[in-house]
Amino acid sequence: MKKSVLFGALTLAGLAAGAAQAATLDDVKARGSLNCGVTTGLVGFAAPDANGVWDGFDVGVCRAVAAAIFGDASAVNFVPTTGQTRFTALASGEIDMLARNTTWTFSRDTDLKFDFVGVNYYDGQGFIVPTALGVSSAKELDGATICIQTGTTTELNLADFFRANNISYVAVPIETNAEGQQQYLAGACDAYTTDASGLAATRATFENPGDHIILPEIVSKEPLGPLVRHGDNEWGDIVMWTLNALIAAEEYGVTSTNVNELAAGTDNPEINRLLGTEGELGAMIGLSNDWAKNAIAAVGNYGELFEKNIGENTPIGLARGLNAQWTNGGLLYSPPFR
Amino acid sequence: MAITTDPPVQGFRLSQLIYDTRYRSMTIQVVAMILLMLFFAGLVSNTMTNLASKGKTFDFGFMGRPAGYEISQSLIAYDAVTSTHARAALVGILNTLLVAFLGCILATILGVLFGVLRLSRNWLISRLTAVYVEGFRNVPLLLWIIAIYAIITESLPAPAAFRTGEASMILNDSVAVTNRAIYMPAPVWGANSTILIAVFLLSLAGIWAFRRYAAARQEATGQILPVLWVSLALFFVPSILFFFILGRPVSLDYPALTRFNFEGGMQLRGSLLALWLALSLYTAAFIAENVRAGILAVSKGQSEAAFALGLRPNRTMKLVILPQALRVIIPPLISQYLNLTKNSSLAIAVGYADVRATLGGTTINLTGKELEGMLLMGLFYLLLSLLISGAMNIYNARKQLVSR
Repeated sequence: MKKSVLFGALTLAGLAAGAAQAATLDDVKARGSLNCGVTTGLVGFAAPDANGVWDGFDVGVCRAVAAAIFGDASAVNFVPTTGQTRFTALASGEIDMLARNTTWTFSRDTDLKFDFVGVNYYDGQGFIVPTALGVSSAKELDGATICIQTGTTTELNLADFFRANNISYVAVPIETNAEGQQQYLAGACDAYTTDASGLAATRATFENPGDHIILPEIVSKEPLGPLVRHGDNEWGDIVMWTLNALIAAEEYGVTSTNVNELAAGTDNPEINRLLGTEGELGAMIGLSNDWAKNAIAAVGNYGELFEKNIGENTPIGLARGLNAQWTNGGLLYSPPFR
Repeated sequence: MAITTDPPVQGFRLSQLIYDTRYRSMTIQVVAMILLMLFFAGLVSNTMTNLASKGKTFDFGFMGRPAGYEISQSLIAYDAVTSTHARAALVGILNTLLVAFLGCILATILGVLFGVLRLSRNWLISRLTAVYVEGFRNVPLLLWIIAIYAIITESLPAPAAFRTGEASMILNDSVAVTNRAIYMPAPVWGANSTILIAVFLLSLAGIWAFRRYAAARQEATGQILPVLWVSLALFFVPSILFFFILGRPVSLDYPALTRFNFEGGMQLRGSLLALWLALSLYTAAFIAENVRAGILAVSKGQSEAAFALGLRPNRTMKLVILPQALRVIIPPLISQYLNLTKNSSLAIAVGYADVRATLGGTTINLTGKELEGMLLMGLFYLLLSLLISGAMNIYNARKQLVSR
C-alpha cells in the first residue's frame, strides 16, 4: 500500500492514489468533511463573504450535502476551481462533488466520465455590453471583441452562434470571472459572455450597473447542476436526493424555520417520509433518517436558497423564471419521496 | 625438494559479488537498474490501474475530432467548427514558436546592451542597469507578465476612445495603439512586387559581398573601407529606386476604425506584446549577467594591449573583448534560450493562445484526455529544447578557440 501511494503521487497526470473510486461516502465519513468544488468567486453563487466564509447558491448545495451526511453544514472544505481545472479536480478525487455552475452536456456526462445528478439552475448564455456601445442585439456584434472564459460550454456556443449568424468576432480568452470582469471594464473587450445568471451576478458588483445592459438573446440551453464521478452510484444518489429534497421541500412548504415543527409529524405522509418521521428512506442511502431534515434546516429549501442568494431582493435580482416549481409554471420537479 | 603449492582452487562464491572489487561495481549497477525498472513498471501499472478504475482509455483518437473552440491568434488557417484538435494544437505550437523566436532575439539584444552598460564607468548608467537586472531577476516572471499586460489594458485607450476623439492614431494616422492591440499598416504586394523583392535580396547579397571584400582588403593592405555607409546605401538606395521605377508596386493597407475595432492592416495583440516584452526583459536580465561575466573573464591585459596598439574603446570591445567573451557567454546563453522557450508556457495568464492554452488547456478540458495531452505537450517542449540546444551547440563549437 505504501508503495502504491508513492507511485500514485508521482503519476504524471496527478491521478490520485488507491481505490478512492469505489466508496466516496466512506472516504467522506472517514475524513469527517466533504470536499466540494466551487468557482473561484462568483457573487451569489459561490464567493467568500467578508469573514472568509463561503456563501452562495452553489455553496448551499455543498452545505446541504454535508448537513445530510454529518448533520453539520460547516463540515465542508471548499475547493475553488477554474473552468479548466474543475474536471481534473473531480476526476482525480481531489473533490467529492462539483457544484460550480457547470453545464450538463452529453459528452461531459459520458465521455468525461461524470454523472450529473440534477439541475439546480436552468440557465442560458447571454451577452453584456456597455450601454454606450449602442448595441441592442447580439446579432449586431459583428467584428466585436468578446471576453470569454476558457474551458466552458459558452466558448463552444459562441463559435456556433456567430457561425450560424454568419458574423465574426475576436475572442479574448480569460481564466476566471474576476479576470473577465476586469478586462471588460477596462475596455479590452466590447462584450463579455457567460451564463445569463453569471452576467447578472457580475453586473451586480459593478460600480455603475446601469451603464451596462444584458442583451435579450439567450443563445443556448445551460442546465447547471452538481456532478460527481461516474461509477459510484451510491454517492451520486446521495447528492441527487439531497438536491431533490431541497426542491421537494419547497413544493411541500417545508422551510428552515418550520422544519423542526413539521418533523414532529404531519398528516402529509410525503412530508413525513421526507423528514424521516415515517419510513426508512435515510437508511436506504446509507444516512441517518433525519438527513433531509438536517439539510433543509441548514440551508433552507430551494426557494429560500434562491431568494437569499440570487433572488429578486438581492443585488443580483434574478427572477425565478424557468427555475420556479412545476406547480408555478417552472421546470423544477422532484421525483416523489417514496 | 621444492614443494610447490598451487593456490587452492575455489569456485565462484556468491559473496564475491559484494566483497570482490572485480564484481562489486557491476553488482551495484545491476541492482540499481532493476530497482529503476521496477519503479517505472510500478508507475506505469499504477497509471493503468487508475485509468481503468476511472473507465478511461489511453488513445490519441481525440486529436482527430473537431475542436469547436475559437483561437484568438492563428498563423495558419483555423476554423473553430471544422478544424481538429490536432490543428488547434498546431496553431498553439506555432504561437509558442513565434513568441519564443521574438523573445530570444529581443532578449539577446537587450541582454548584451545591459551587460555592457553595467560595466560602464558612468556611475549613473551602471547603477540604473544594476537596478534593472536585480529587479527583473528577482521577481517571478508571472508577475511581470501580468503587470505588463495590466499596464497595456488599463493605461492604453480602448478603440472606442478613438471614435470620440479622446485618442488619436499616431504616425500620420497610420498606427493605432489601443489596449487590445497595436494596429499597423500592412504591405499589399501588387504586380511587379516580385522584382522589387529580388532587387532587395540582391542588394543584401551585395552588402555581404562588399563586407567580405572590405575585410579581405583590410587584411591585405590595412586600409579600412567605410563599411557602414556603403552597407546602408546598398540597403536603401536600389530598393527605393526600383520602387519608383516600377511604379510603386507595394502599397499599404491602413487600419481603419469600424463599428467595434480597427480592421485592416497588421495587428500586434496586447497579449503577445505583454508576453514578448515580459519574457524578453526577464531573460535579458539573466543574459546581461552572463555577458558581464564573459567580459570580466577576458584578462585586462587584452584591452591594455589593444589600447597600446592605438585601438579606440569601441573597436577594442568589438574586435578584442567580445570575440573572446563570446566563448564564455554562449554556453549559459543556450540555457537562457531554453528557459525563455519553456517560460512561454505561462502565456495563458494573459490569454495568449500558445500550445499550453490550446492543447494543454481547452483541448484537455473538452476531451478529458489529461494524460495524453500532457504527454504530447511534454514531448513537444522536449523536442523543441533539444533542437534549440543542438543548434546553439553547433554555433558554440564554431566560436570556440581554434588552436593552430
